Amino acid sequence: MELIRKDLPKALLLGNEAIVRGALESGLSFATTYPGTPASEIGDTISKIAQELGIYFEYSSNEKVALEAAGGAGFCGLKSLVAMKHYGLNVALDSLLPLVYLESPFVIVAADDPGCFSSVQTEQDSRWFSKIGFLPTLEPADSAEAKEMTKFAFFLAEKYKIPVLIRMTTRVCHSRSTVKFSKIIPSRKKGKFLKFPYQATATDTVNRHKKLLKKIEKIKKESEKTKFNYFLKNKSNLGVISSGVCFLYVKEAIKELKIKASIFKIGMSFPFPEKRISQFIKNLDQVLIVEEVEPIIENEVERIAKRINPSLKIYGKNLLPKYGEIKPEDVLFALAKISKNIQTIINLEEQQRLLRGIKIEKRFPTFCPGCPHRATFFTIKKVLGEKVVFGGDIGCYLLGSLPPFKMSDFIVAMGAGIGVSYGISKATDEKPVIFIGDSTFFHAGLPALINLVWHDGNVLVIILDNKITAMTGGQPHPGEVIKIEDLMKACGVKSYEITNVYNLKETSEKIKKLYSQKGVSVLIAQGECRLLKIRKLARQGVVWPRFEIIKQSPKLEELKNFSCPAIRKKKGKYLIDENLCWGCGFCQQLFPENIKIKL
Amino acid sequence: MKKNKTFNLVIVGYGGQGVITLAEIIANAAFAQGYEVKQTENHGLSQRGGLLECHLRFGQEVFSPLVKRGGADLIISLDLFDAFSSLNYVNKKKTIILTNSEIFSPYPFKEISPKKIIPFLKKISKKLILVPTLKLIGNISKETSMINTLILGYALGKKLLPIKKKFILKAMTEKIRPQFLEKNKKIFDLGIQVAKKH
Ligand SMILES: Cc1ncc(C[n+]2csc(CCOP(=O)(O)OP(=O)(O)O)c2C)c(N)n1
Ligand code: SF4
Ligand code: SF4
Repeated sequence: MELIRKDLPKALLLGNEAIVRGALESGLSFATTYPGTPASEIGDTISKIAQELGIYFEYSSNEKVALEAAGGAGFCGLKSLVAMKHYGLNVALDSLLPLVYLESPFVIVAADDPGCFSSVQTEQDSRWFSKIGFLPTLEPADSAEAKEMTKFAFFLAEKYKIPVLIRMTTRVCHSRSTVKFSKIIPSRKKGKFLKFPYQATATDTVNRHKKLLKKIEKIKKESEKTKFNYFLKNKSNLGVISSGVCFLYVKEAIKELKIKASIFKIGMSFPFPEKRISQFIKNLDQVLIVEEVEPIIENEVERIAKRINPSLKIYGKNLLPKYGEIKPEDVLFALAKISKNIQTIINLEEQQRLLRGIKIEKRFPTFCPGCPHRATFFTIKKVLGEKVVFGGDIGCYLLGSLPPFKMSDFIVAMGAGIGVSYGISKATDEKPVIFIGDSTFFHAGLPALINLVWHDGNVLVIILDNKITAMTGGQPHPGEVIKIEDLMKACGVKSYEITNVYNLKETSEKIKKLYSQKGVSVLIAQGECRLLKIRKLARQGVVWPRFEIIKQSPKLEELKNFSCPAIRKKKGKYLIDENLCWGCGFCQQLFPENIKIKL
Repeated sequence: MKKNKTFNLVIVGYGGQGVITLAEIIANAAFAQGYEVKQTENHGLSQRGGLLECHLRFGQEVFSPLVKRGGADLIISLDLFDAFSSLNYVNKKKTIILTNSEIFSPYPFKEISPKKIIPFLKKISKKLILVPTLKLIGNISKETSMINTLILGYALGKKLLPIKKKFILKAMTEKIRPQFLEKNKKIFDLGIQVAKKH
C-alpha cells in the first residue's frame, strides 16, 4: 500500500488516507471506528495495515462504544484515534463530554457531509459540539493539512490531556492531493492504566469543569500561535476569513478576479483565535466569511467586530448558501459582488440561465442485481399490500423507500425505526412493519427491541440479515460471533422466524403468520449481500449461474415492479442481460415457465 | 499545455463502470508528469448503479479540487445518458464532451433514445465526440467492463489530454489488477488507434 511505502517521499492521497498517515507519523497504537461515509475509508485503510504495523484496530458495534474504547486506551497512554461520520458523534456524545472532564487524550475524526452526498438524516455541523464539549477543533482544507493537523491533534491531546476533534467534510475526505511523508513512529502494544481517584461526586464534577475552563484558556494560546491559523496580508480594505476546503475556493476566486484581499485561514476553530482575528479585522472595511455549514466563525467575528471595529461590513451567509455544499462558483459570485466585478456576475448568471428550464435527468441508485433486500421488499408487498405502515431505517435498504417499492413511510436515524414504530403502535391500532439491517440492529436497534418486548408493542420487525454493513462498503459487524436468533431468545421475543429471502413461498408464509399475530414479532430475513457474494466468487474464479428468458409473455410485465436491473425490456421483448445477472434465481420463482437457468 | 493554465476535467458514469479508477489513473499520470493535481469524487448513496462524478484539475498551481460551473475543458462520459448530468460544467466556448455513444437506460423497462440527447449536447458544447464503444470493443471481447480504458485511449489519440502516454501506462500498471492489465492495455491501444483514424 502506497500509504506505508518507505521509498516514497510523497504521494497523492485521499483526505481520509492522509488522516491515517498523520496518525501513523504520531505513533498510532489503538484505533476504532463504526463505518459511515464520508469517513469510512479511515477505518478501512487502518484495517488493511494494522496487523503489519502492530496497531490494534476494530470495527466497533457503534460509535459510542468505539469512542469509549478509544477513551479507555487514551487513559492507558496509547496513541488512540476514533473515526466516524457526523451522526456518529450524536450517538457518542454522552460518553464524549465526560471524557473531556476526565482528561483522556485521544483524537476524534468526525466527517460532516455538506450537501448530504451520503446522508439522509440531517445536514449537521459538528463544530457545535466543539462548544458544547470544549473540544479543541481542527478543520483541514486538503490532504496535506489533514495529515499535519492529525499530528497536531495528537500533540495537543497529549500535552493538554484532552480529546481533540478533527472536523472533516465530504470534499476533504474524498479529494486527492499531494502529501509529503515523514517518518512513521512505531506503535506501542500495551499501555498502563494508572489508578486515579476520580470519585463521581457532584463537587468533583464542578471542580473538573472549573479546571477544564482554565485548560481551554491555555489551549486558546495555542490557537493564537499555531501555524494553522494564519493570514496572508495584502494592501486592501477587504478581507476574507475561511476554513476547510472553502479556503481553496477563496484562493481560486481571488486569482480569477485579480483582486486584492487579505486572507485569514482558520485551521483551528476552537478555541477561537480571538486576538489574531482582532488584529486581522481591525483595519478592514469589509470582510467575507466563507465556511460550511453553519455561521460559526461568522458569529465569532461579529462578536469581536462589535468591540474592535463596529463599522466593519460583514458578509457571509447573506451572500453564500446557508445549506448544501459550497461550490467554487458560490465563492466567486460572492467576491465578485463585493468587489463589484459586474462581468463575472453576468458570466455566472448567463451560465446558469443556459441551464434554466432544462430538466437534467440524473441516474439514481438501485439495489444491485440479485440483492436480498429487493426480494424481501417484493415479497412483503405481495403479501401485505401497500396500506400497512412501513417503517424504514438506515442502510442499503433505504432504497426501498423509492419506486417501485415505496415502502418506508419514515426514515429517522440508525435504530430509530423500531422505536418510532413502537410509538405508532401504541398511539393507533396499526401494526407497523419495520425494516432494519443487521448492522443497524446491533448498532442501536437492540435497546428499542427490548423496550418493545417489555411494553408489548405491536410491531413486526424485519431484520435484513445480509451478514454485512453493506451501504458503507462492506464492513463486518457483531453478527460474526453473535447469532441474531440467540438474541431473540434472550430478549424474550416469543414469536420469531428465520427465512431465506430467496425462497418466495417460505418467506410469504412466514410473513403472513407473523403479521397476523398481535404483539412483537420478528422475521430474520437471511440473504447474503449479493455484491459481497459475487466479489467472493469472482476472486475464487467461480462462475455463478445466469438466468435467461426462454418464453415471452405479457405477464412478464410484472417484473417491472421487481426492478432487477438485469431484467430489461427492449423493443417490446423481455430479456436478461447476462453481464448483469448475478444469478440469485428469484425471478425464476416468479415465472418458472418463462425463466430458466442458462446451461 | 500553457504554463499558467489549469486543466479542468470532469468524468461521469455510473457505479460499476470504473469511473473512479479512470480518474485515479489520469490523476496519478498527471502527478507523475510533474503537475500539481487535485482530484475529487461524488459517491451517490448506493453501491451500484448510481451516478458518479469525478473532478480532476491539474497544472502548475491548483487550489480547488472542484471544477466550477461552466469550467470544464474536457468532459469524459462513460455513458451517453450521464453526459447529460454534467451540463453544469459545460461551457460553449471551450468544453469538449467525449462520450460513449451507448446508453444503458436507468429504467430497465424503458429505452432512451440518443436522439433526445445528442443534438442538445452538440448545441451547448464546443465539440461533441461520440465513441462507438460497443462496436469497437465487440471486436475484442464481449465484456463492456473496459469502456473506461477504451475512452481513455481515445482521449489520448485525439490529443485531448495533455499527458504523455508513458505516464498513463505506468499509472495503469499500478492501478489495474495484473490479471486484467494486458486486456486493458490492448483496449487502450485500440482507443488510440481508432481516434487517430476517426
Ligand atoms: C450514527 C450513524 N452511523 C453511521 C451511519 C452510516 N450508515 C449508513 S447505513 C449504515 C449501515 C447499514 O448496515 P446494515 O444495517 O447492515 O444495512 P445494509 O446496508 O447492509 O443493508 C451505516 C453505518 C449513519 N447513518 N448513522
Ligand atoms: S451492496 Fe449488497 S445489500 Fe447493498 S444493494 Fe448491493 S447487494 Fe444489496
Ligand atoms: S436471477 Fe433474475 S433476479 Fe436474480 S440477478 Fe439474475 S435476472 Fe436478476
